[in-house]
Amino acid sequence: MFYRETGQFKTSYAADQQIFPIRQDRIGIMLLLVVAFVVVPLVASNYWFNAILIPFLIFSLAALGLNILTGYAGQLSLGSAAFMAVGAYAAYNFQVRVEGMPILASFVLAGLTAAGVGILFGLPSLRIKGFYLAVATLAAQFFIVWCLTKFPYLSNNSSSGVISVPGIEVFGMKFDAPQERYLLVLAIVALLALAAKNMVRSTTGRAWMAVRDMDVAAEVIGIRLMCTKLLAFAVSSFYCGVAGALYAFCYLGSVEPDGFSLDLSFKILFMIIVGGVGSVLGSFLGAAFILLLPIFLDIFLPWLSGVLQLPFDGATVSHIQLMVFGALIMFFLIVEPHGLARLWQIGKEKLRLWPFPH
Amino acid sequence: MARQIGGVILDLKNISLRFGGVKALTDISFDVREHEIRAIIGPNGAGKSSMLNVINGVYRPQEGEIIFRGEHRRDMDTHAAAEAGIARTFQNIALFKGMTVLDNLMAGRNLKMKANFLQHAFWWGPAKREELAHRRKVEEVIDFLDIEHIRKTPVGRLPYGLQKRVELGRALAAEPQILLLDEPMAGMNVEEKQDMCRFILDVNDQLGTTIVLIEHDMGVVMDISDRVVVLDYGKKIGDGVPDEVKSNPEVIAAYLGTQH
Amino acid sequence: MQFFFEVLIGGLLSGIMYSLVALGFVLIYKASGVFNFAQGAMVYFAALSLVGCLEKGAPLWLAFILAFVIMTLLGIATEKFVLRKMVNQSPIALFMATIGLAFFIEGLAPMLWGNQVWPLDIGLVDEPIGWILDRYNIVVSSFDLTAAGLAMALVAGLALFFQYTRVGRALRAVADDHQAALSIGIPLQHIWALVWAVAGFVALVAGMLWGSRNGVQYALTFTALKALPVLILGGFTSVPGAIVGGLIIGASEKLAEIYIPPVLTDIFGGNFGGIENWFPYVLALLFLLVRPEGLFGERHIDRV
Repeated sequence: MFYRETGQFKTSYAADQQIFPIRQDRIGIMLLLVVAFVVVPLVASNYWFNAILIPFLIFSLAALGLNILTGYAGQLSLGSAAFMAVGAYAAYNFQVRVEGMPILASFVLAGLTAAGVGILFGLPSLRIKGFYLAVATLAAQFFIVWCLTKFPYLSNNSSSGVISVPGIEVFGMKFDAPQERYLLVLAIVALLALAAKNMVRSTTGRAWMAVRDMDVAAEVIGIRLMCTKLLAFAVSSFYCGVAGALYAFCYLGSVEPDGFSLDLSFKILFMIIVGGVGSVLGSFLGAAFILLLPIFLDIFLPWLSGVLQLPFDGATVSHIQLMVFGALIMFFLIVEPHGLARLWQIGKEKLRLWPFPH
Repeated sequence: MARQIGGVILDLKNISLRFGGVKALTDISFDVREHEIRAIIGPNGAGKSSMLNVINGVYRPQEGEIIFRGEHRRDMDTHAAAEAGIARTFQNIALFKGMTVLDNLMAGRNLKMKANFLQHAFWWGPAKREELAHRRKVEEVIDFLDIEHIRKTPVGRLPYGLQKRVELGRALAAEPQILLLDEPMAGMNVEEKQDMCRFILDVNDQLGTTIVLIEHDMGVVMDISDRVVVLDYGKKIGDGVPDEVKSNPEVIAAYLGTQH
Repeated sequence: MQFFFEVLIGGLLSGIMYSLVALGFVLIYKASGVFNFAQGAMVYFAALSLVGCLEKGAPLWLAFILAFVIMTLLGIATEKFVLRKMVNQSPIALFMATIGLAFFIEGLAPMLWGNQVWPLDIGLVDEPIGWILDRYNIVVSSFDLTAAGLAMALVAGLALFFQYTRVGRALRAVADDHQAALSIGIPLQHIWALVWAVAGFVALVAGMLWGSRNGVQYALTFTALKALPVLILGGFTSVPGAIVGGLIIGASEKLAEIYIPPVLTDIFGGNFGGIENWFPYVLALLFLLVRPEGLFGERHIDRV
């Protein structure tokens, strides 16, 4: 009824190439931004900021990074957590070692450092593909975490590599309270998400997808495989690196190398599988889903055990969580390989015709 | 506008290509003149696709020389070929399946677009202007091929015949000097073949594009091509205008079989 | 020098254990093109099932058979509920599904059998072999040697099975070309279920040997991570590759763990243990840059 594009005629290619060509979508995203930037900071509680909203945004950013590499450029990576670690430690070092370094500059430099490391570990992609590459990215995962643990310089000589970040100050304003940190993260994530969307709808993104879909044909139309793949590694690692810096500075405050384990990499991979491989929106949906699921299970399982008169201890709950995660991944891959983003799209297409579906 | 066949634009000399011990091409020479339609025919496994792959640098021959627009080369590489204006289609469609028709065609023009990824990220002036300018060009190709209705459909969902057409579109979007077509009509019904023939002739006629094509349908080949080269077991066994080739005893033997 | 040989032999023997796990990957990859990340979880599950049956009072041979039956059921279920429904999806999607499967099994196994660390006694003792110690003054664990022998016997048995039985021939046909195999009447789904059962058997042997050495615990799932560089090195499709790759990885990681940290400590100060966690990966990666198809993998020519 309300979601119609009837009567919205496009008279220029510019109008046709907007991110949201349908007016209702534009209104919707505007409303969403207003809610996120204005309403949420006014009404949400500290628990919501610290336990849900901030990690959601940060993981969305990391998932977006992985999605650029895996979803758009088709290079499967199992090492995204390691690139987050590079970002976190780089930002920390820039803050601690450079006098008067603005925090935002540290975040950018952290992203660039991660991008550099990403290019280094992306080099094998020029010669190897598919599973071989996926296993090769594990080298990054294990090697980077090991380096951060073993080289005391990287963590400013703290024991076993744990770093505690200093407070955040942007242009002389302190960002300590949860809603302030939330706003900072939100602004950064929104900006980077917009940039990602712009990249994937232009020549850069088309080159990535071309390499993903058929690399020989991509070469034949003049796309340089090497530049395209390395750019994907660099941009993806930049996003993961910034996410890592935010993870340390705005979410946990104190991190250790082992926190960026293979499990975290898998978690981010699960986010894009569930959310939608090759979709910017999907990165956000997937992050929300994977983050909320354990919280939901934590509440639901004890309730269920009460109803069924079965004693579930903590270990059982965590085992059930593993099983549910695993089953969900298989379920999505079987039933809807394009994830929640595709379901959302189908929903919108249905809504366009509603209430007269024929 | 009558099309005028010009001088030699592409000259292949003594090309030999081996895969390990298998000889795919042995000492093959032929040339392609500007604006002509040049067909390569031969039985399956004769080395026709390998020949195209040599021309645009997917394979590198062990011996021989490629002279393109007067420039001597040992071999081509894919990027140089694309920059020089050689575009192609593939025997088994090689489209980007997850992308829309529009994006496939836009990707075909990637070499003509100069904005970098940072300009893309911020949708900066040049990136935006370029995107619109090239969209206009791509729409001309879409118009020409009658595929307006599917411009925003992901290619993977299209039927085979349309995919073939889109692949031609992607090659045309690059505004090529030479178009290499690898069995553009394979697996099509009569109507689709007629359409495809018309597109090929129109491209050749209106844009003056030189065309090298591999095709099995002899009727089509003899009708539309200016000169034909015949391969068998990686060797050249005939070369000339269609009528010459048709009466060449070696060619007849290769196609009909003889007693040795 | 004796110490060097001790480390080397220890590395080679544990390398054979890596080969054993890698073999499970190769079997499934060859027959169905699935890169089964869950192989490590299967090792854990198999070992837990074995211990679970022993705990219930079954003798070892019966427990082994029961555990094998359980692994076969798991294999059949995987084929029926996951793989069969993912025909026509990309190999990468299948791979990601097996990551999901790994999580599922890692949750399921302790749900069924409990999550404490179980000791597993299969009657092998771990002590230095006397005459080698006397003669060469080198410590070689009898346990490791027996385990390696068992592993070699299993590999040889599998090779014979594939080469000379009807089922083995069908398997090789399926590995070569699914559709061609289907068209001459080989029941593809039965073959896949069978392959998963064989991979389950390999996992069971691996789980039994590793478990009796280090206890049956969650850490068994990490055996998969040990096997991955072996696969890269040896090539995904090669049984000999898995064996040679395992030996190279086993020996080099143990040597690296002993000989590299002191050098680093000299330069940077501090403690640099734990190199064996990443060394095999970096080694395999460097090797790939030279030979992208692995030691025994097939070179692939792109046809267009």
